[in-house]
Amino acid sequence: MTAAGYSVLGVTAVFVATLAVGAYGWRFSRTTSDFFVASRTVRPGLNASAIGGEYLSAASFLGVAGLVLAFGTEMLWYPVGWTAGYLVLLVLVAAPLRRSGAYTLPDFAESRLESRGVRRLSALLVVAIGWLYLMPQFQGAGLALASTTGTGAWLGGVLVATVVLVNVLFGGMRSITFVQAFQYWLKLTALLFPLLFLAAIWLGDGAVSPASVDVGAGAVPGDSWVSPLAGSGDHELYTTYSIIIATFLGTMGLPHVVVRFYTNPDGAAARRTTLFVLALLGLFYLLPPVYGGLGRIYAPDLISSGRTESVVLELPARMLAGTAGDLLSALTTAGAFAAFLSTSSGLTVAVAGVISQDVMGRRFGGVRAFQAGAVVAVLVPLGLALLSEGVGVAQAVGLAFAFAASTLCPLLVLGIWWRRLTDVGAIAGMLVGGGCAGGAVLGTLLGAAPSGWPGALLTQPAAWTVPLAFLTMVAVSLATPRRVPRNAARTMVRLHTPEDVQLDRGTPAAGNPPR
Amino acid sequence: MSEATPRRVRVTSPRAVAARAQRVPPAREIDAQTLLGEVYMSSLLRSQLRLALLALTALGLFVGGIPLVFWLVPDLSDVEVLAVPLPWLLLAFAVYPFLLGIGWLYVRAAERNERDFTDVLNRS
Repeated sequence: MTAAGYSVLGVTAVFVATLAVGAYGWRFSRTTSDFFVASRTVRPGLNASAIGGEYLSAASFLGVAGLVLAFGTEMLWYPVGWTAGYLVLLVLVAAPLRRSGAYTLPDFAESRLESRGVRRLSALLVVAIGWLYLMPQFQGAGLALASTTGTGAWLGGVLVATVVLVNVLFGGMRSITFVQAFQYWLKLTALLFPLLFLAAIWLGDGAVSPASVDVGAGAVPGDSWVSPLAGSGDHELYTTYSIIIATFLGTMGLPHVVVRFYTNPDGAAARRTTLFVLALLGLFYLLPPVYGGLGRIYAPDLISSGRTESVVLELPARMLAGTAGDLLSALTTAGAFAAFLSTSSGLTVAVAGVISQDVMGRRFGGVRAFQAGAVVAVLVPLGLALLSEGVGVAQAVGLAFAFAASTLCPLLVLGIWWRRLTDVGAIAGMLVGGGCAGGAVLGTLLGAAPSGWPGALLTQPAAWTVPLAFLTMVAVSLATPRRVPRNAARTMVRLHTPEDVQLDRGTPAAGNPPR
Repeated sequence: MSEATPRRVRVTSPRAVAARAQRVPPAREIDAQTLLGEVYMSSLLRSQLRLALLALTALGLFVGGIPLVFWLVPDLSDVEVLAVPLPWLLLAFAVYPFLLGIGWLYVRAAERNERDFTDVLNRS
């Protein structure tokens, strides 16, 4: 059998296993609450595996190794930031968000600020961020399938979209939880198992340090591979801190991350789940950088040919001759597809939840609206992915993080911890933050790339857009003190008191009540 | 001898019952949004926020400080620990146990804050 044959086999196995595990969950999915939040009965261990499985996207599985191969140590800030983002989430958001009792982020916004306007704007942002994040998943799937089996670039995206849609349509969140928990462990195995062989070969070859290798043409001149500062020249400190701010604070604003917290039984369980996730992410992110480092020794030509993102897929076959290498490469390819599937599933559930409640809720009800929402949630970004080839996976994901950090992060943090936040303040802050961050990166994507400081500010906008969004929200809220929500004090009781105390918590955030 | 012992008489203050009856459970103070209820709530909120900021400060100082230190002392990039470059050692390995450690300490302390709050509310 050829190398491509093994890869096709591996990818098919992942698709079949995903549908099978999902089908196991279909049997339990009956009510609206099952579909949206798995009836809030998912235990910390299972839930943490599911969150890990959902969170580790194409950017984590393929992108990190590719970036480390091309640019070196400074790119480790991405996995570090994606993990630290969970610590920030744990500390500021996890338990209160679960206690708010909301189904989706717009539910939270509406119940906290008692305003339909905030609800509509945050629903719009959730859908925008979700689509922005789904698009590169479908694109990445196309690229991965094309590079390993030689099919057309459109096929991978269409396949992933179909499998996701089938699972979401029939099982909703219940089904997805099992699928994603399974996929975390699949992804970990798919990187760890080949790495054991690769590390043995590397040690056998005398354990050359990746830093000492001269990769020649294609390397960024004047930039040391071991330096932890991103970019080069005058603004490397600014660029590094901008990446740190976007990833540390953007995590909590990603819709598929936030929606997961509603599946915990209570606030304390939400915290424990998040701690579990920190451990699982830390374990996983030990692996991709090693592929990047080894790629520098054994596959330096990928740098000059600009295909660094496929280093995880190709390295095993390059270092091990014959069938063993082909099999291990097929394993990493299968793991990559698990990454595409799990992240897209989570995003689809989150976006479908919002679309069905805020756009379709009045025409259909319950499960039917959710299913219709899921179709829209998948088809739009799939269309975008097929139309706009060429926007890099890492670039689009970076945009999603900066955008989320500048819009939904201030809404969550101030909404949870600051009683005097008003609806006008929240709307102003999200518009200013989203407008600046969205405009800046859209400009970069469209090719407006000035050099020097303006260029640095445009390509990594988070360091100035996030503080700007926070300041606007606080300033406008202070200027409109009469608009502080009437029940703000009661809402604070609901968000922060442990569930075992008998207290009047007001009416919990009501989206679609479970039927 | 025992006949000579005077009978025991229970001595109670008539005010004790009255004083106890006036006590309102803290939970109801919070529900009624009285000033005292506000004090209970803001003490919980403040202790949780202080804890969160402490964790974030540790994160900002030790992880967020890395770029600044390496920018100020660029030669640190060439330091090697057990043949591994120092930046690589910090960012690829050491940072993850550190994040987990902060998270673990935070969860323990946050649950302790909530237990204290529950104890105060259930005591009376």
